This record gives sequence, C-alpha cells and structure tokens, in this order.
Amino acid sequence: MTSFRRRDAVWYLVVLSSLAAGCSASRGRRAETLRIRGSDTMLMLAQAWAESYAKVDLNVAVEVSGGGSGQGIAALVKGTIDIANCSRNLKPEEGAQARANTGKDPKEFVVGYDALAVFVHRDNPLEEITINELAQIYQVGGNLSRWSQLGVRIPAGRDRIVRVNRQSSSGTYEFFRDHVLSKRDFQLGSLDMNGSKEVVELIASTPGAIGYSGMAFATPAVKVLRVSAAKGKPSFAPTIANVHSNDYPVSRSLLIYTLGEPRGKVQKYIAWLRSTEGQKIVTDIGYVPLSAGGKALAN
Amino acid sequence: MKGRRWRKLRETAIESLIRVCGISATIFVVGIFLFVCREALPLWNNDGFHITEFLFSEQWYPTSDITKRYGVLAMIAGTFGVTLLAMVMAVPLGMGAAIYISEFCAPRPREILKVLVELLAAIPSVVWGFAGLTIISRLIVRFTNADVGVNLLNGAVLLALMSVPIIVSLAEDAFKAVPDSYREAALALGATRWQVTWRVLLPAARNGLIAAVLLGFGRAIGETMAVLMATGHAINIPGSVLDPVRTLTANIAAELGEAPERSTHYQVLFLTGVLLFLITFLVNLSAGLMIRRERRQ
Repeated sequence: MTSFRRRDAVWYLVVLSSLAAGCSASRGRRAETLRIRGSDTMLMLAQAWAESYAKVDLNVAVEVSGGGSGQGIAALVKGTIDIANCSRNLKPEEGAQARANTGKDPKEFVVGYDALAVFVHRDNPLEEITINELAQIYQVGGNLSRWSQLGVRIPAGRDRIVRVNRQSSSGTYEFFRDHVLSKRDFQLGSLDMNGSKEVVELIASTPGAIGYSGMAFATPAVKVLRVSAAKGKPSFAPTIANVHSNDYPVSRSLLIYTLGEPRGKVQKYIAWLRSTEGQKIVTDIGYVPLSAGGKALAN
Repeated sequence: MKGRRWRKLRETAIESLIRVCGISATIFVVGIFLFVCREALPLWNNDGFHITEFLFSEQWYPTSDITKRYGVLAMIAGTFGVTLLAMVMAVPLGMGAAIYISEFCAPRPREILKVLVELLAAIPSVVWGFAGLTIISRLIVRFTNADVGVNLLNGAVLLALMSVPIIVSLAEDAFKAVPDSYREAALALGATRWQVTWRVLLPAARNGLIAAVLLGFGRAIGETMAVLMATGHAINIPGSVLDPVRTLTANIAAELGEAPERSTHYQVLFLTGVLLFLITFLVNLSAGLMIRRERRQ
C-alpha cells in the first residue's frame, strides 16, 4: 500500500524502458519530442494518450512521467517540459513564478473530469457519506473517529476509523483540503500514501479504513461510497452521468498547462486530446470525458 | 641508474594515489555534511521557523493553507520507537546466532551458516519493505487487534531482520578475537561449554559485542525504504507497538522531491538530515571507540 516514490520510480522506469525498447526501432524516425509531467491521478491517462498518439502522428514522440501535480507545474515553470498535467487549479503564486521566470503566462486546458471517489473496505456496511461527515473525519478537531458514530459496525470488531490520506504534494490532497475541509488543516495521524494506487491497496487490506482518490482507481477490492452535499440531501455515486449533471458534490477538472499559447506540435496534441478520439480514451481509463462538443462544465 | 629513478618515481606516484583514496572518504563525509548544513543554514534568519518548535512540537504542517508548522517530535519518537523495538528483537537473536556459529557449530555447517547470514544482508531494502507490506502486515491484522497492518511493529520486525546480519558477523568476530587460551583454561578448570560462553567469552568480548549492537542500531536508524513502506507513514507519537508511525528518514524521502527548492519546507528537511547525521555519527563514534578499546586490551 505504501509503495512510495522510489518504488513508483522503479515502476515508471520499467514502463518507460519497455516503451523505449518497443519504440526504439521507430524512434529514429520521430523528429520531435513532447515532454509531459505531473499529476499522479492523470498518469495512467497521459500514458494511454501518448501510446495512441504514436499512431496518429508519426513525427512526434510523447514522453510522460508522474511525480505529482506540484512537480509538473514546477518543471513547467523551469521550462524543462512542454505540458504539465495537473489535478488541481494553478495557484496564483505559481502563475506569478512562471511569469517571472519565463515571461509567459501558463495557459490552462480542461481535458476531462474526475469525480473524487471515497472508498471504504468492501466489508464495511456503510453506503453513503456527507461532505460534512468527511470533513469531521479528516480535519483538525473533527468529531468523528469511530465507525459506530456513523451507525455502522465493522466486522472483526475494529471500530476506529483509519484515515488514509495522500502526501502533501498531491493535487488530490490539496483539492480535498480546499473543497471538503474548506481549506482547514488535516488532522495529524492519517496514513499518508504516495500514490492513489497505494491508497486503494491499503484500504482493501484494512477493515476500518477510509480514503479518497480519482475515480479511475476504484477496484472491486474496495467499496465506493455515494456522496451527498449535506445531511438529508440525495447522495450520488461517482459516475459519468452524475458528473455531467453536476450532481456529484466533489468533482473536478483534469487540467493541462502550457507556457503561453501553444503552437505547432503542442497545439496539435492538445486539439487531439480534446477530440472524440482522445476523449474516448478518457472514458476507457475510467474518467469523465468532456461533454458532447467539448464544452467545459460549470464547476 | 635510470631504472632506479623510474622505479622511485612510480613508487611515489602509487603512494600518493593511495593517499588520495584514503583521504577522499573523509573529504566526502565532511563535504556531504557541510553541504547538508549549508542547505539548512538560512533557517537561522527565518522568522517562520523556531528550533524549539522543530524539536519539541509534533505539529508537522509544511504545506498548510493557514499556518505552516515544522515540528518533528512525532518523527523522532517514531524513529526511536521503531529502532529500539527492532534492537529488542535483533540483539538476542543476533547474539544467539553469533554464539552458536562461533562456539557450538561444527566447521562445515559454520561456513554454510555464515554465507546464509551474509546473504540476508544482501537483500535490498525495497524487497524487505515489500515483504512488510504484503506478508507481515497481513499477519499483524490477522493475529492482533491492530487497526492497520503497517505500523511500528511491522517496521521493527523488518529492521530487526535487516540488522541481524551486521550484529552476527561483528559479534562473531568479537568472539573469535578472544584467545583460545581463555577457553582452554576454563575447560581445564572443569567448566561446561555454556559456562565458558557465559562467564568467560561474554565478558572478554564485551566491547566488541557492544560495538556490534551499536552498528546494528546505526544500520536500523538510517534505514529508509523499508520503514517508508511498512510503518504506515502517519505522524503520530506511538502509544502502542501497533500504532502507525513516521520516521525521520521516511519523511525526507517522501517530501524532499516535491518541496520547492530553497523554501522553508526544503530547508527544514535538510535540517532533519543534519539531525539524523548527528545521531548516526554519535552511534558510530561510540561503536568505534568500543572497538578500539577492545583492540588495546
């Protein structure tokens, strides 16, 4: 569950080197490279895009790496990459830094949506949860620490709520803090995982655990809760329809950033991401595509 | 005449090359220490940082939206908790193994055992971490009432297994350094083998054994990857061995990559490195002194 950076790095290396081995024959022909970095939430998606794009444009090789939204933006500001993946909005200070460093404004593109899914162990009888209950579980001074307070009994007699969280560079962590905790601090003592996959794996093996991540990370080993905006209001599952109708209370845009107005290969790539073909891959990976016509949702 | 001068020149060249090799280790250690200190140094003039908060507060909020706080007390507690529990398990196990290998074992199985123990030291720490994550954590959830399988106990078991090889080989050396005349004299006086071990060998090899334990401790306290994977990475002053914790090393590994360069968060992580450096330096220094005292005797 806790793989962490180095294990992730090893894994990416394996993936990248096998990709490299696969492409080495065609690599010589590809004249240009697109370098992309950032969000862990979007890594699977970005890799699937890169793989398919290899067949669309034979002149461009797309290189993708993860590391977290914050690292992607940092690399963009330094000018070492062409596109940064980001699962949260750019912070004002990051924009200012980019202007100071490069003289260009970061430009934002919505390339899909995600419903922030809340998971519990599959044996947990709980079916739904409110935003306020989530905040009371996670925030400093929150008053929910036992499952019995939510009216459920965990098999195996474990009553304490085990809070599974992300490490602080994660865009998902910051999104959760800003939108569920209203920017208040997390309570210390949560298990801070390095990636969304580790969150899901830890919850799958821990009866009393609760956690969150992008919806594409859901597996049959964990139960996905329905989320309601407040007590007494209807609750919704994180599905494509509920995100498009804006009913799911914690949905967010999956974003990419470029430095200044994109041109040439970058522009062409972004247009392809937002095309029907690119958006089909969003659905395949498990996220929410832009609605028909590529319109941005009010959010 | 010419040949001799050439040979002398060669001798000098080789000698200075070896001298450079010898000194370079010192230069590297000092260099790394100075570099780490330099990165942490700007903290002295930083109003948002207080050394008392750093050492005595458990509030670690390096990216808070309200007030950023940098207290590592919980991680100091986590580091020492995991390491001390590991030593409680590793010292009896390692000493027992060393006594068996050096005193009771027949020569042929002894060689096999020594190779196997050294093999234990060759397992990469990420593999240990993986074992903790998948095997030990499940056992802990099944056989205890722990809420979560990645916790202090899990990390301590891994660290114990990782430091046992060091303790065994150093302790075995210490026993071997005891002159055979001690054993022969004791046996001649009618002592049993157990009495020889307990009353003669242990006191005679004492300093070497303490050094073995201290170096095992140093190995355990500096370990990063396995504890990162197996302790749960939760900021928490442990109240029981089944609580998840975070160690100083794991915190640096997890956060240094994403802390913006030259930010307070970045500098505090380097200060954590200085703290770790001082702890391991003290441990290794005392181990070195113990070994020297033993040699002199």
